[in-house]
Amino acid sequence: MSIDIRNITKRFPGYTALAGISLKVGTGELVALLGPSGCGKTTLLRIIAGLETADAGSIILEDRDTTNLPAREKKVGFVFQHYALFRRLNVFENVAFGLNVLPRSSRPRKKEIRERVLHLLGLVQMEWSIDRYPSQLSGGQRQRVALARALAVNPKVLLLDEPFSALDAKVRLELRRWLRKLHDEIHVTSIFVTHDQEEALELADRIVVINKGRIEQQGTPQEVYDHPANTFVYNFLGNVNVFHGRIRDGKVMVGGHHIEAQEKLNGHEEKTGQAFIRPHEIGVSRIRSSDNDMPGIIRDIRLMGSQIGLELESAGFEHPIEVEIPRETWSNLGLDRGDEVFITLDKVKVFTGDYEI
Amino acid sequence: MPPFSTNRKHILPGFGLSMGYTVFYLSAIVIVPLATIVIGTFRMDPQAFIGTVTAPRVLASCRLSLTTALLAALCDSVFGFLAAWTLVRYRFPGRKILDALVDIPFALPTAVAGICFATLYSPVGWIGQLLAAKGIQLINTPTGIVIALIFIGFPFVVRTLQPVLSELEPEIEESARSLGATRWQTFRRVLFPHLFPSLLTGATLSFARGIGEYGSVIFIAGNLPYKTEIAPLMIMSKLDQFDYDGASAVAFMLLIASFTMLLMLNAVQRWQEKASH
Repeated sequence: MSIDIRNITKRFPGYTALAGISLKVGTGELVALLGPSGCGKTTLLRIIAGLETADAGSIILEDRDTTNLPAREKKVGFVFQHYALFRRLNVFENVAFGLNVLPRSSRPRKKEIRERVLHLLGLVQMEWSIDRYPSQLSGGQRQRVALARALAVNPKVLLLDEPFSALDAKVRLELRRWLRKLHDEIHVTSIFVTHDQEEALELADRIVVINKGRIEQQGTPQEVYDHPANTFVYNFLGNVNVFHGRIRDGKVMVGGHHIEAQEKLNGHEEKTGQAFIRPHEIGVSRIRSSDNDMPGIIRDIRLMGSQIGLELESAGFEHPIEVEIPRETWSNLGLDRGDEVFITLDKVKVFTGDYEI
Repeated sequence: MPPFSTNRKHILPGFGLSMGYTVFYLSAIVIVPLATIVIGTFRMDPQAFIGTVTAPRVLASCRLSLTTALLAALCDSVFGFLAAWTLVRYRFPGRKILDALVDIPFALPTAVAGICFATLYSPVGWIGQLLAAKGIQLINTPTGIVIALIFIGFPFVVRTLQPVLSELEPEIEESARSLGATRWQTFRRVLFPHLFPSLLTGATLSFARGIGEYGSVIFIAGNLPYKTEIAPLMIMSKLDQFDYDGASAVAFMLLIASFTMLLMLNAVQRWQEKASH
C-alpha cells in the first residue's frame, strides 16, 4: 500500500507545524522521518493516522483519498512512543482488541482470533506473556506487544512515533535491528518518526529530513549521509566540524589556510561560505605529506570505544577541530596529548551563501 | 535481622516520634471511642442485646438506612461520573466555579442542607408545590431520604474519579480509535474498566457515609416509626430515653456494617490491583 502525501499544511496557534509537505512512500518501504523535536514530524504522522486533521492538502492511501476519514476507518496501525497499552487488559486482550471491536459480521471467530494473536505474539517473540498485564512487562516488551497489537488488524500502513526513544540504549539498539528484520519479513509499508540520526541511518530504506515543517532532503541513508543537501542536514546527521571562511578561485580560506575543496567551486568572485567535514574524514599523520596538510596540536584525547576522539588546536581556527581515528591508527602513531600532528582536510564540503543552521 | 530490632537505623529520621504520634492519635480519635461501643455492647446481657437489635423498629430503621444509602450511592455513581467526566474532559467558562461547588456537601453543615431540602420539597416549597400538583410527595418518604443522601455522597464519587480521569493519557483512546474501536467501544472496553475501581471506591465511601448520615436526613424524613426512621435516629432516640446500652447496641450494628463495607472495598481494590500491577 503506497502513501501519497500532497501538500499537507498544519498551523497551530503561534507556529506552523507543517508548511506544505509532499512525500511519496512506496509499497513495502520503511521510511524514517528525521528531524529535531518540534519540526512537525510527529504531527505529519498523526495526520496520516487521522488523529489530527490537516489545514490543507491530502493523504492518498493507494488510490483512495483518506484525508478526512476518521482514525478508526483508516486501517492504519499506530505505535506510540509510550506504548499506550490498555492497562486493564492482559497481553492477549490487548493484541486481540482490534479484532474484538470489529462489527460482528466481519469479526473472526474466537478460535481464529486466538490463532492470530498467538501468531503475532510469536512474531514479536512474546508468546510467553499472554496472561501478563502491561505493568508486568519491561519497556521493550511493552513496545513489542504494542507492535503486535497494531499489526493484528492487518493495517495497510504501519506508523511508529518515536517507538524506541523511551527505552534504554541497549534495548533500543536490539529492538531497532529486530524491527528491521521484522519488516523484511512482513513488508508492511511503514513510516517511523525519530530524532535519532543513528536510528534512521540504520533502520530506514529512505530518510526524509524535516526541519521547521519542511522537507530538507530525502534519499537513502547513504545519499543523505554522504551528500547532505545543505548545512542543516550536514549538521543534523552526526558530528561535524564547521569552518567559516571566504571562498575564492576554488579554494576556501580559513584562518590564513587554503583548503582545497573536493568539488569544483564555480565563479571567481569572493564569497562567504562554510566548509564542513566530519571528524572521521579528517586524516592525521606525524609527517607532512602535502602542502595542504595543516599543523595542529593535540589538546585532548577521548576513548570512544572503537574510535578515538582527538581535539586539535590549530593556528587560525577559532574552535578546536574534532577528529576521530580508529584505535589502531592511534596506537600505531603513538599519539599523546601535546603532540604536533598534521591533518588533511581535503574531504571538506563547502556550502556558499547564508544557510541557516 | 528481626523486624523490630531497636538498633536498626532508619534512613529517614524521626521514625519513633512520628510512629508514636500516629499511634497515639489513632488511639485517641478512632480506636478508643470505637472500643467503648464494642465494650459497652459486650457488657450487655446477650439476651437484651439480641432483643434490642432484633426489635422490629430497629430492624426497620437499619433496613431503611441500608437501602436508601445504597440507592443514593448508585445514583451518585452515575451523577458523579458524569460530573467528573465533564469537569475533567471539557474546558468551558465557569468550570472552576462548578468544580468548587462540588465540595459544598462536604463543607456545608448537614443541618443547613437538611433545612434547605425540607423547605424546597415541602408541599408549599418551590419543587414540592409542583410535585404536589401531580400528587407526588417527597417529604416524609424514603425517596426524600435518598435525595438528601445523594446530595451528601456526591463529592465522594467526583473527587475519587477526577484524578484518575485526568491522568488518563490521550494516547490510550487514540490507540483504541486507530485500532478501529467506536467511541462507545473505547469507553466500554478501555476507559470504563480503567475508571471502575475509583468509581467503586467513591460509591462505597458515599454508601458508608449515607448509612451514618443524620443531620441532613432528619429534617426531610419526617421520622415516622417503621417508615422513615433511620438507624442513626434510633441511636439518638434511645439516648434521649437514657437507654445507653440500647444505643450502643444499635451503634455496634452500624459499626459492623461500616467495617464490612471497608473490608469489602479493600478486597475488591486488591483484586483490581492484582489485575493491573
